[in-house]
Amino acid sequence: MELNKEEKAMASGELGDAVEWAINHQIQVGNFFDAKNFVQVSNVHMMIDPESVGIDGVLFLEKLVGMKAKVKIPMITDPRGVDLNYYTPLGQTEEMANIERRTIKACTSMGILMTNTCVNYQTIMAPLLGEHVAYGDTGVVIYTNSVCGGRSNYEGGPSALAAGLTGRTPRYGLHLEEKRIPTKKFCIKFEPSELTDWGLLGAVIGKISGSYWEVPIIEGINHNPKSDELKHFGASMASYGSIPLFHIIGITPEAQNYSSKFVNQLDEHEITIDDILSLKSQFGKKGDKIDVVVFAAPQLSIFEMQKVSELCFNKSFKVPVIICTSPQVYADASRMKIIDQIEETGAKVLEGTCFYNQYAREIGLANGWKRLMSNSAKIVNILGGYGYEPSLSSMENCIDSAVAGEII
Amino acid sequence: MKILFKCHIGIGTKVQGEVLSANDNFSARYDLDRLKGIFSRPQHKLVGKSYVDKILVLNESKGGVASAWMLYEMCARKMAPKAILFNKANTILAQGASFANLTICDRFIDGDITSLLSSGQRVAVDPINGLVSII
Repeated sequence: MELNKEEKAMASGELGDAVEWAINHQIQVGNFFDAKNFVQVSNVHMMIDPESVGIDGVLFLEKLVGMKAKVKIPMITDPRGVDLNYYTPLGQTEEMANIERRTIKACTSMGILMTNTCVNYQTIMAPLLGEHVAYGDTGVVIYTNSVCGGRSNYEGGPSALAAGLTGRTPRYGLHLEEKRIPTKKFCIKFEPSELTDWGLLGAVIGKISGSYWEVPIIEGINHNPKSDELKHFGASMASYGSIPLFHIIGITPEAQNYSSKFVNQLDEHEITIDDILSLKSQFGKKGDKIDVVVFAAPQLSIFEMQKVSELCFNKSFKVPVIICTSPQVYADASRMKIIDQIEETGAKVLEGTCFYNQYAREIGLANGWKRLMSNSAKIVNILGGYGYEPSLSSMENCIDSAVAGEII
Repeated sequence: MKILFKCHIGIGTKVQGEVLSANDNFSARYDLDRLKGIFSRPQHKLVGKSYVDKILVLNESKGGVASAWMLYEMCARKMAPKAILFNKANTILAQGASFANLTICDRFIDGDITSLLSSGQRVAVDPINGLVSII
């Protein structure tokens, strides 16, 4: 990689040991992807939940703190793995909570803002068209690239941290215009009508695309989707296919850059309602017993929280209902009594966490939760590997099923 | 039979080991029981198999950013593969391998690496020169 004077100083250790680690890590990754140079980024979002980081990751963070590491640009965090106000009832241990506490302490010492959200584009600051950023959380990245027109690769926790320490990232992948060009065309032959439909549609497109290096372009969406719909759509596509960018003709900002002639020559796939129902049928059926209902992945917006509270009104649940939202939305929802309305039913709202990164295997075993129901196509994809038998349905049906203790 | 395969330059150090191969994808978060060191996702073609100290050969990396931290944690506990060979790696697995000093290679010019290498074969991986050889 070509390095400027400042980057050479970073790499040789003149700007401190932490920066030296960071830029040399970035150079190695940049060389792997044939990056020619670095690109400045405006801000960073880091995934750093304690289950993933583990004690060895915490020791690494504390080592950086010992090197006086400080981030150069604004840097925020993905959801935590332990809600420190509510972990014993979930079956989480003091050991887990201590890893969380040490992670928070180390991050705070480095100047990282503990925003603890995977919907920062709804709650903190949405990137602008053409803005280069370094974001973790696949759902954040795909929304940033596709809906906002920002530029980011999937940045794993260590690489996001390195970007925070150097203020830049290697110029490869989605930072290059040529990697943003559509490679597959999808024609949608039905109208997704609610969040789970959007999640399933994203899943089908993700499974067919199947690679980080494919860029779907989608036609046939005949109404303007809402932010929450594209949130579920993108998060699911990223989960099932590792896809970091999509274009929707007439909707997303970069779709107009590509002519009909160009798009029409791409490998084309038609998606019908049968494709959606076929995938959905793999996740539970009417009459199946359930152990827990979860709304998360991505964290709920204030609109989703309001809808959950309305659906919960006057309900009594046979199984636990858990809702995960960001600290920003939690504060608003608390002020507007939405949290109270939800929790009066016995449901629980967790602040700044997301269920699947909360030691999902361990809390499942501790609580006897195996048959988990959600409206998130993303979470049901993830939790199969954690020993769950997940089922998928709309938010309304999840609530009604929690009342009945089985899928309605 | 061809015994030397060329790929893009990789990350990590030269290693040798036994191949565990499948035409399937990989995510540390989605597919593994990292405490037991086995594939745990019921739909994965390697479900129940131990990946510890193996040369994993898979199609693509998928899903979440968590794999970057997880590879480091797996290597620290010595419950990691010796190397991972992909047809195409995504950014997370390359970043995680770099952080964990785990050997990783991808983009083989000879074709689909999951069909060129079979489980049980012993191979040497040279990421510096982008070479994998059956030994």
